Amino acid sequence: MEITHILFWFLSALAIAGAIGVIASKNPIYSVLCLVIVFFAISGHYILMNAQFLAIVNIIVYAGAIMVLFLFVIMLMNLNAETEPVKNIYMKMAGVISGLTLMIVLVAALAHSENANVVMRAGTSIGLTESLGKALFNNYVVPFEISSVLFLSAMIGAILIGKKDSATEIK
Amino acid sequence: MEIKWYIFLSLVLFCIGIIGALTRRNSIIVFMCIELMLNSVNLLLVAFSKMHLTPVNAFGPAMATSAQIFVFFIMIVAAAEVSVGLAIIVMLYRNTRSIDINFLNRLKN
Repeated sequence: MEITHILFWFLSALAIAGAIGVIASKNPIYSVLCLVIVFFAISGHYILMNAQFLAIVNIIVYAGAIMVLFLFVIMLMNLNAETEPVKNIYMKMAGVISGLTLMIVLVAALAHSENANVVMRAGTSIGLTESLGKALFNNYVVPFEISSVLFLSAMIGAILIGKKDSATEIK
Repeated sequence: MEIKWYIFLSLVLFCIGIIGALTRRNSIIVFMCIELMLNSVNLLLVAFSKMHLTPVNAFGPAMATSAQIFVFFIMIVAAAEVSVGLAIIVMLYRNTRSIDINFLNRLKN
């Protein structure tokens, strides 16, 4: 068994255990921390596939920015107490059964596919920052600029949504 | 390593995200499950980018590079989505003192 296979199974087990921790823990803060573990495991997978740029971006954007935003919101609302109302047990069972059914159907459909046994290429340089940067700034300049407009509109939208209530209260 | 193990890993993560979105009522955790689903799709795209390395065609760079660029754009859209979604959740909490996802139908008033 090679070292990459051992690392793959270790990271997969870490990701799945973290994902189960996200949906199983009562306290939202523990859910956020489990989700950070999942993101680090996925970044490890990216490094294993030689996609180093995406690994770093994944850590910076997801584990660094988005999860801190979630933690801020949870702590600002003081939600670390277990205040979640209990859902009907039959609804929970129905949700779990439908999710597992979807997983079984998809696995069964894809397990015997012809292309499922294609061995992945190792040691390619497409995931390095140089080649991705060249592609991004040569062929994808327009979507890149449009995404800045998207960020601007998201920022203005977030400020407007967050501000509206306090403005009416002052009035 | 065969591609199927990455497909199965992404499927398991995606279905765990679906189960969480269906069973939890805390809207922040539902939101985090959506992030989990986005990340499983990102992992699958990166895995597929290592599957076939097609040559440069008329549409631009090689498709393997495009797959990783798509992952980058998915991350951009997810970041924008999180900022707006968390603002909506904060507004919901201010108005109803709860983040139960069933109260989101009060947004229309």
